[in-house]
This record gives sequence, structure tokens and C-alpha cells, in this order.
Amino acid sequence: MALFRRSSQKVAASAATRRTAKDLRLGETGTICCLEDPEMALKLLEMGCVPGVKVRLSGRAPLGDPLMLVLGDQEYTLSVRANEAATILLKE
Amino acid sequence: MAAILSNPSAAEAVASQAGAAAGARPMRIALIGNPNSGKTSLFNQLTGLNQKVGNFPGVTVDRKSGFAQLTHTQRAEIVDLPGTYSLYPKSLDERVITDLLYDKSSASYPDFVVVTVDANNLRRSLLLFTQLGDLGLPAVLALNMMDVAERHGVNIDLPALEQELGVPIIPMNARNGIGVAALKIVMAQRLDAPPVRCWEPDDQLLPMVRQIRYYFDLHNDYLALHYAQQFRQIGFLSADDKAYLQELTQQYGFDPTAQQASETIARYARINEILLETVTVTRTETREPISNRIDRVLTHRVGGYLIFLAILFLLFQAIFAWAQYPMDWIDQGISALSATIQDNFHGPLIRLLTEGVLAGLGGVLIFIPQIALLFGFLAILEETGYMARVTFLMDKLMRPFGLSGKSVVPLISGLACAVPAIMGARTIESWKDRMITIFVTPLMSCSARIPVYTVLVALVVPDEAAWGIFNLRGVALMSLYLLGLFSALASAWVLKTVLKARERSYFIMEFPVYQWPRWKNVGLTIYQKVQAFVLQAGKVIVAISVLLWVLASYGPGQQQETAEARVRQEAPAQHWGDAEISRRVASARLENSYAGSFGRALEPAIRPLGYDWKIGIALLTSFAAREVFVGTISTIYSVGQDADMGTLQQKLQAEKDVNGQPFFTPARAFSLLVFYVFAMQCMSTLAVTYRETQNWKWPLAQLLYMTGLAYVAAFAVYQALA
Repeated sequence: MALFRRSSQKVAASAATRRTAKDLRLGETGTICCLEDPEMALKLLEMGCVPGVKVRLSGRAPLGDPLMLVLGDQEYTLSVRANEAATILLKE
Repeated sequence: MAAILSNPSAAEAVASQAGAAAGARPMRIALIGNPNSGKTSLFNQLTGLNQKVGNFPGVTVDRKSGFAQLTHTQRAEIVDLPGTYSLYPKSLDERVITDLLYDKSSASYPDFVVVTVDANNLRRSLLLFTQLGDLGLPAVLALNMMDVAERHGVNIDLPALEQELGVPIIPMNARNGIGVAALKIVMAQRLDAPPVRCWEPDDQLLPMVRQIRYYFDLHNDYLALHYAQQFRQIGFLSADDKAYLQELTQQYGFDPTAQQASETIARYARINEILLETVTVTRTETREPISNRIDRVLTHRVGGYLIFLAILFLLFQAIFAWAQYPMDWIDQGISALSATIQDNFHGPLIRLLTEGVLAGLGGVLIFIPQIALLFGFLAILEETGYMARVTFLMDKLMRPFGLSGKSVVPLISGLACAVPAIMGARTIESWKDRMITIFVTPLMSCSARIPVYTVLVALVVPDEAAWGIFNLRGVALMSLYLLGLFSALASAWVLKTVLKARERSYFIMEFPVYQWPRWKNVGLTIYQKVQAFVLQAGKVIVAISVLLWVLASYGPGQQQETAEARVRQEAPAQHWGDAEISRRVASARLENSYAGSFGRALEPAIRPLGYDWKIGIALLTSFAAREVFVGTISTIYSVGQDADMGTLQQKLQAEKDVNGQPFFTPARAFSLLVFYVFAMQCMSTLAVTYRETQNWKWPLAQLLYMTGLAYVAAFAVYQALA
């Protein structure tokens, strides 16, 4: 429980500036706004992380990283490292 | 086609064009699609047992191809390409595809492509499809997993989609073969390039693109753009061509990353338009997908690892305990056959047959049950989609060692064989991660070590249950595997601190949906691997066995005869019985044979490890391939044993040292076991490491590092236990 609270505080702090897929709470859904890292973006785009698509954090690996992201309405799951998820910016 | 053939002049007129279909050579069709889109299932459905695994020219990626009977008269060659998400390759694996599809003059250029598309993932699958269409390749779209899509309430207006994409679409379900017949009918016809273009290079790019197109005489603007994007990695371009493209792209200030990103986004925009008109989703299922619920259990923070460990343990129990029965039958069958032959026939040729060929052959056949079980297990884990979850579970754990979650699959495949495992490391995009994975994979205990482990563990570990459930031999076997794993991780960590590379590693991967394994695919994998083992490894093993028998049966000059005479002279004084005399004679003859001389020369170096010259011979031959060890010792120990002496284990137990005590003490056996865990004794692995790294430094370092480690560890074990 303590872990959970600490991570949500982090979310609150960064929310003022910008939110990324990494900051999603478990089960929360966001919409992709843009991709930050050009090189990473190419790979993410190919895998379907296109601006405008919905993304939901459906799980974390036991050690907190990588993340399990469910994309779009047709529901397929990607595994992405936390630092990679941090390059996916979400719409406010 | 039949109509054309009935008219010779017309046939000639189109011969150059339609020669392929008319039977001059069978049509060549490439299968391409996203990973997990059912490509392999479709390939197996089309070709059945009629397939072979080779290499793509110049690289070592498996090239699976086979023949499909399309109609009564028409056969086609089907080439299975690695799964990919786009035509912009990120890994070496995917480059095979571009090399094949960019070179129209190549002999292996496909006549058309069958694109497998997951009906549940249309948006993403169509990205690859539209790229292929824009290259001007004739294509058929195999719309797979229709049953799942229907269950999810996805309705696809097929005629409208066909219209939009300009290619035939075959709805199908490759797992159970629905739609395959219809696909074959379409494949048997001659197809034209799709008339529809989804995306074209914009006007700004055209001057550069056209220049490339005319310079290389390409048929299509989009292909020219791909040359500009990827010329550095295209295998068939000459250095001059690359220099030309380098200069040209610089001159136009071409930014490949930005162009690729804008192209991908534009394609998605177009695909969205198409899908809006052709696909409607009526959700019939509101429950969470079963896969997600399974994931919550299998990737649980505690349960996930426990389940993974349990699966690994089951694997080792299967390999050791369950495989024992068929192995015993094979072992007894071979020795019974050998004894029958020796009872009825005599002469040096018969001895060559039984002690050389049959002993070697037994050494090959006996491992079929274990190899089949291991590859079967791995295939099931891969088929069900569990392997991807293992990658996910292990990523964070592997990173401190300089590996990534993707290294887990090569490492686990390394349990079967390091050669395909090292090739499998191609899916790792980061250079450093990949090099480390390649370097440490041979430390994982491969199936070639199973023979050695099995024989030696059975010799010194009792066949008893510990705590009522675990077979002690199974536990010993698992410890050996764990030792291999830990040494691989430790070595990776060392390498991580030594290697310098400023490069980022990716870990973006799709989770396949859980599904029941397709037993046909599992069966095919087992069949292919066993066949490869028997034919490839088997040939080497039998050849070495025969060679060894000759070396062990004959010696330089009169040495063997002198030694025999000396033993017979001593015999009356020592009061030896007949059996004792013949044992001592055989031993003296072997010691003075060619093989004995080799072993003797090696003995000073290996005595600290507890080995004698007989094991020395086995070590020497093992450097070609580890599995030769068992064949070698069974040959060496059959020479000078009665043929009806029974199985190899009995022969080894009967082996006495100079004091008449059993030779294979636990200290000796464990020292040997540890040696085989670490030592680099496989020519094929060294060769494949060289091919994959393109640098002799790597295989050389592997050889010295692993063999050095083996020597030190075996020395420590023997000295500690003796």
C-alpha cells in the first residue's frame, strides 16, 4: 500500500507539467498525444502507438518494470520498459 | 494456364513472363506478416511435412521453405519470412526480408507475397501490408483469426476492403485450416501488382527519389525511397552504390528518421479512413479478455516466478525421469543386437561393425527421447505465448547482468542447442546486449551435454527419491543446469563492465494472446530437430567412433604384441585366471594403441583433474562435439570387454583403477561433469559465433575463456572431493 501511495504522489508532482504513459495508474486509460524520442518513436509507431490511440496500463512486471500497456479499442498488449513508456506523452 | 499450354506459339510468347507458372520452375511465393499473425501455422498448413530449413544466402537466419500443391498440376515453392512489423528493419532478422524484396533481379525474388493479417489487429497489420503493396509486389491478403474477430464482434466488409486495398482477401483460420483451400485457388492464379497506392513519396522528395530510381533502374518510386532510407544495410549493393547514395542523400539533406515517422503517421491516417468505412465493431463481449486474466496469474509478482520455476523443474524431470524408459529400450536393443552378431560371426570386420559402428550408432539413437522431449517442451512454451511472458518477467532481473529480457529466449533455447540460440539473438536490437548474449549462451547446458550428464550422473548418484518426491538424479541434473545458468549470468556481468558501448537498448514487444499449442506445429518441430540431430550430429559421431575403433585396435609397430607377450609371461607367476589374463591383455593392447599414445601424451595435463588417458581420448574427441564423449568412451571401453558385457553403464562401473577399486569415483565423475558444464567443445558454436559477430575475436575469446574456466573448476572439484 505504501508503495502505491508513493508512486501516486510522483504522478501528482509531474502532472502539473506533463504526463506520460509511465505515470498511468494501474488500470487507468489515457490518450497518446505525441512521442518524444524520435528514434524510439519509429518503433512505437510501428507497434501501433499512434497519436490519438487510447492506452491503458494493465500491469507491471513483478519488479515494477517493464510495463504492460493495452492499446486501442481492439485490445492488444505491448510490453514496454518504464523509460520507454516515459517517451509516450499523454493528452491532458 | 491449360489453355495457353495447348497453343504452343502462345505459350512461347508468354514463356518469359509466365514461365514460372507454366512449370519451367514452380512459382515462388513469400509468406510475410506480423509476428503472431499465424504465419507459421499457415506455412505448415500449406506445406505439411514437405518443408526444409536452410539459410538465406550470406546470412544464417533460418530460411524455411517448402512446396505446396496448389492444384492437381501446379506446385509452388513457399518461403516463410521472419515476422516483422514494417519494411524498415530494426533487427538483423528483419533485414532478410528487405534484402529479398528489394532485389528484383535476384534468383529468389518471389513472384508474389501472401500477407498474413490478424483480423483483430487490422490497423497495425495493414501498415506492413500497405508498404508491401506500394512496393508494387503482387499480393494476397490472408485475413487470419476470423473466428476470434467474430467472437469479439468485429465485422469486416470484405468486398469493400478488397476494393480499397486492390488485392484479393481470403478470410481464414489457419489454426484449423479453414480458408486454406480458397487461398490455394487464388495462389494458383497469376496475380498483378495491386493497382491501388496507399501512400506515395511527396513532391519534395521526388527529385532525389527519381534520381535513385533511374540510376538503379527501379520499377517504383517507393522502392527508390527505401534505397535512400536503408542503403547502409542493403546487402546486395556495392560499395560504389552505397557511396553514391550517401552523397545523394546528403546533397538533398534527406532526414530518414523524420521521413519514416511522417510516412508511418500518414499511412495510419489512410488506414483509419479505410477501416472507418469497412469495419464495424459491435461488442458482444464485455468481459475482460481471458488472456489478461491469465496474465494476472502468470505474471504475478510472486506466483509468476514460482510458476516459471515449476515449469523448468517439470522440464528437467521429464528429460531425466520420463525419458529413461525409451532410452533403456534403445540401449538394451543395441547391446542385444551387438551380442547376437558377435555370437554368430567372427573376424575383424564384425568387430568393426559391433564395436565401432554399432557402439557409435547406439550413442546417437539413445538421446532421441531426451532431445524430442526438450524441443517439444520449448515448442509448447513458444506456441502458447508463455515465452513472451517469461521475457517480460525476466527483463528487470537480467538488466543488471548486461542482458535484456530478450536474452532469455536465446538462453533458454541454449538448453536445446547453442547454434540456433546464438542465431536467435538476432532479435536483440542493441549491439552490446546481443554480443553479451552470444558470448554467454554456450554456457547454458545444451542437449549435447545431456548424454554426458546422463551417463555420469547415473554412475555416481543413486536412483532414489529425496523427501519422497524428487528423484535424486533429477536434482543432480537440475543443479548442473543451474551451475551453467549462474556461470552464464556471472560471465555476462563481467562482460558488461568490460564492454563499452553508448547505445540504447529497446524492449518493446507484443504479447501474443494465449492459445492452446497447435500439436501439429509442436510435432513438426520435434521431427525436424530429431532428424537434424540424427543426420548431422549422428554422422560425426559414427565417423569418429569408427576412426576411434581403428586407432584403439591398432598400434604403432609391434608395441601391442610386445605388451601382450609381457602380460602372458607374467601370468603364471601372478596366478591370474583366464578372465583376468584376457582383461589385462586387452588393457595392455589399448594402452599401446595409437589412441593410447594420444591419451598418454595428454595425461600429465589432466591428471590434476583426476582423469586418466582413456578420458583424455574422450576429451580430445569431444572438441569436435561434446556428444561424441559417450560414443568415444563406449568404443574405448568395449574394446577389451566382452561384447555381451551389456550396457555402457555396466562397462563403466566395471572399470577398475590400478588398485582394483572402481575407477569412476564421485570425485572423478563430478570433476568431469563440471568440466563439461563449462568447456567450449563445439566447433559448430564457434563457427556460428564467428558468422554472427563477423570477428574472430569473439569465438577465440569464448574458446579460451570457457575452457580455462572448465579446467580451473574441474581441478577445484576433484581436489576438494578426492
